[in-house]
Amino acid sequence: MNPWPHKDLVSIRQLTRDQFDYLLQTARSFKEILSRPIKKVPSLRGKTVVNLFVEPSTRTRLSFELAATRLSADVLNLDSDTSSFKKGESLLDTARNLQSMGADIIILRHNAAGSADFLARRLPAHIINAGDGAHEHPTQAILDVFTIRERLGSLENKRVLIVGDILHSRVARSNIYALKLYGADITLVGPPTLVPRVFESLGVRVAHELDAHLPTADVIYLLRIQHERQRATYFPGVNDYVYLYGLTPARLGLCKPTAIIMHPGPMNRGVEIHSDIADSPQSTILEQVNNGLAVRMAVLYALAAGTAQMAFPTA
Amino acid sequence: MKKLIKILQGRIIDPSRGLDQIGDLYILEDRIIDPNTLDAAERYEIEEIPAGGKIVAPGLIDIHVHLREPGQTAKETIATGALAAAVGGYTTIVAMPNTQPVVDHPSVVSWVRQRAAETACVNVLPSACLSQGAEGERLAPMASLKAAGVVAFTDDGRCIQNNELMRRAMEYAAMLGVPVMDHCQDYSLTQGAVMHEGEWSVRLGLRGWPSIAEEIIVARNILLCEMTGARVHCQHLSSAGSVRLIREARARGLPISAEVTPHHLSFTDAELRDYDTLYKVNPPLRTGEDRLALLEGVIDGTISILASDHAPHCGYEKEVEFDLAPFGMINLETQLAVYIQLFIESGRLSWLQLLDKLTTQPAALLGLKNKGTLADGADADVTIIDPHVDWEATDETFRSKSRNTPFLNRKFRGRAIRTIVAGKTVWDEGRG
Repeated sequence: MNPWPHKDLVSIRQLTRDQFDYLLQTARSFKEILSRPIKKVPSLRGKTVVNLFVEPSTRTRLSFELAATRLSADVLNLDSDTSSFKKGESLLDTARNLQSMGADIIILRHNAAGSADFLARRLPAHIINAGDGAHEHPTQAILDVFTIRERLGSLENKRVLIVGDILHSRVARSNIYALKLYGADITLVGPPTLVPRVFESLGVRVAHELDAHLPTADVIYLLRIQHERQRATYFPGVNDYVYLYGLTPARLGLCKPTAIIMHPGPMNRGVEIHSDIADSPQSTILEQVNNGLAVRMAVLYALAAGTAQMAFPTA
Repeated sequence: MKKLIKILQGRIIDPSRGLDQIGDLYILEDRIIDPNTLDAAERYEIEEIPAGGKIVAPGLIDIHVHLREPGQTAKETIATGALAAAVGGYTTIVAMPNTQPVVDHPSVVSWVRQRAAETACVNVLPSACLSQGAEGERLAPMASLKAAGVVAFTDDGRCIQNNELMRRAMEYAAMLGVPVMDHCQDYSLTQGAVMHEGEWSVRLGLRGWPSIAEEIIVARNILLCEMTGARVHCQHLSSAGSVRLIREARARGLPISAEVTPHHLSFTDAELRDYDTLYKVNPPLRTGEDRLALLEGVIDGTISILASDHAPHCGYEKEVEFDLAPFGMINLETQLAVYIQLFIESGRLSWLQLLDKLTTQPAALLGLKNKGTLADGADADVTIIDPHVDWEATDETFRSKSRNTPFLNRKFRGRAIRTIVAGKTVWDEGRG
């Protein structure tokens, strides 16, 4: 059976456990290559990859750009300042133009949920969702699972806390789907304005009090408080948030010494995470960034190269 | 020579008189006539329409239609919207005032009426804004607008948030004897919202629109209705809570009414699972429980009027990211078939009960004395329905300029086969 049957990657929900395993395994091989003196392979030579970032995101764009470059693809970058958008051209028309210019893979970052799905249904090019509104951010979830498994081995029955603004978080949604695929036990923590009860319909627990859940957690996944996405009505203020949900040294004292602290970045030091904890050995934040490169290479490889048509670089 | 139409041996259903019987219906010129009053000595130009096995009903009335003219004629015009209405079996439609410009001045009313007289094949009755510019800040010139011929006041699509202004608008409307129709939406609860707030909005990551945003305004309107005595009509209910509030208010005898659309009766928010913008409507599609409550509200008479909220949009406008797509779908041509499926085929309503909500009740709300009835002397607006014909809503069957409907390519049983307005056939299924 073809380990990668999809044209696109728009959602973690489209993946089976086998397909996810395949991506993780491919990412492991690429991670090894990235440790070599010459980090480049010819897997995507002759392919054109377009970073279409309608919503700005420096680190995700750079990660995808570097991943595509390492695979020897030609890379184009378009962002929201690009004139076509400023002139009012629609997303679909812009993407169709890119398709006509020979884009093989379009990596889309957009502030509208469903936008990657929208393009995937209309264009023959491969579409990678690099974050669509509050919907999904699949490569982030894949790199997070990759990182957790490197640190903790299996995810089966591991207790994962996801803390913060779940309502507006595509990272949280993709992680919920991915972690459940691997048998993790998930609790979402935050105020009811940002973590409404209805999230229980995704098969997770919802809690509004952090301290009670810290002692049993294996993974504490902190989300960035996104000031730009919120209105004042969602919480009274940053100090109030830190008081209730900020991961402080005192709160870290409640945690297992083996627990790992994760964050998708960029983080607000002193808000969702104390600065010392961000730099502590329990933190995986920079590992996540590093693994992100290998995971994005794996996704690009799976989509564009398939498995049968080309020689895969042996690890 | 006067024209006499004989519609023969149809099942005549006239809810205004509780009538459901096989018989002949006579039309002389533009009026329904008792054949016993015909002058035996006079010669007529006679047209006979055999109607055996068909339903002969008063012309259907839709009180909630967007015709987009003036201003957005790429989506629809008064002419195409009227033809779409005729194809759907409707002889009278109420045009919403949120055109460009909006209908907030007698001169715009006059323009719409003249345009309708020149181009529309069905009766197009204009409504006008409650507030100037539909901006919810100052009252529109309501008396002048009534004098210019509007049948209702509404800021449709732009719910008045200022309760004091709404109170004064209702006081004025009550004095003028014109109903107020309200799109019930509290904007403070719906900023940026694009779909029902619930499990699916959480899954899809789309901004949720809670039911209470509608219910708060329905409750306000009930209180203001009680205070002012105005005839108040809540448009396109979407939630179980709204149905409960209206039910209680009507039980107390308040002159408040409500409508529901074909799509809120047919679909739930689960339809949005693939981000299909055809299902993006305002108010949003809600849960299965809400849908059942709306059906129950129609069956028990709480919701006394069925209306389309026909909202045409160009294809390219809906072919965008979900957040950016406009709200609304077209319904004029398919709604009767949807109602037949939901209420007649399921046995939930009799034909008499269903047609009551499509003829008598809307006529009563608007104060139309000679429409919505087949009584002698009434306007000769008649819809002949074949309840057994199987048909498919294809691109070719639509006369609207737009195709933004998930009912496209659906198969139905039952439709209007002939639509007669003021004694003239404006749609004949057999002749296309």
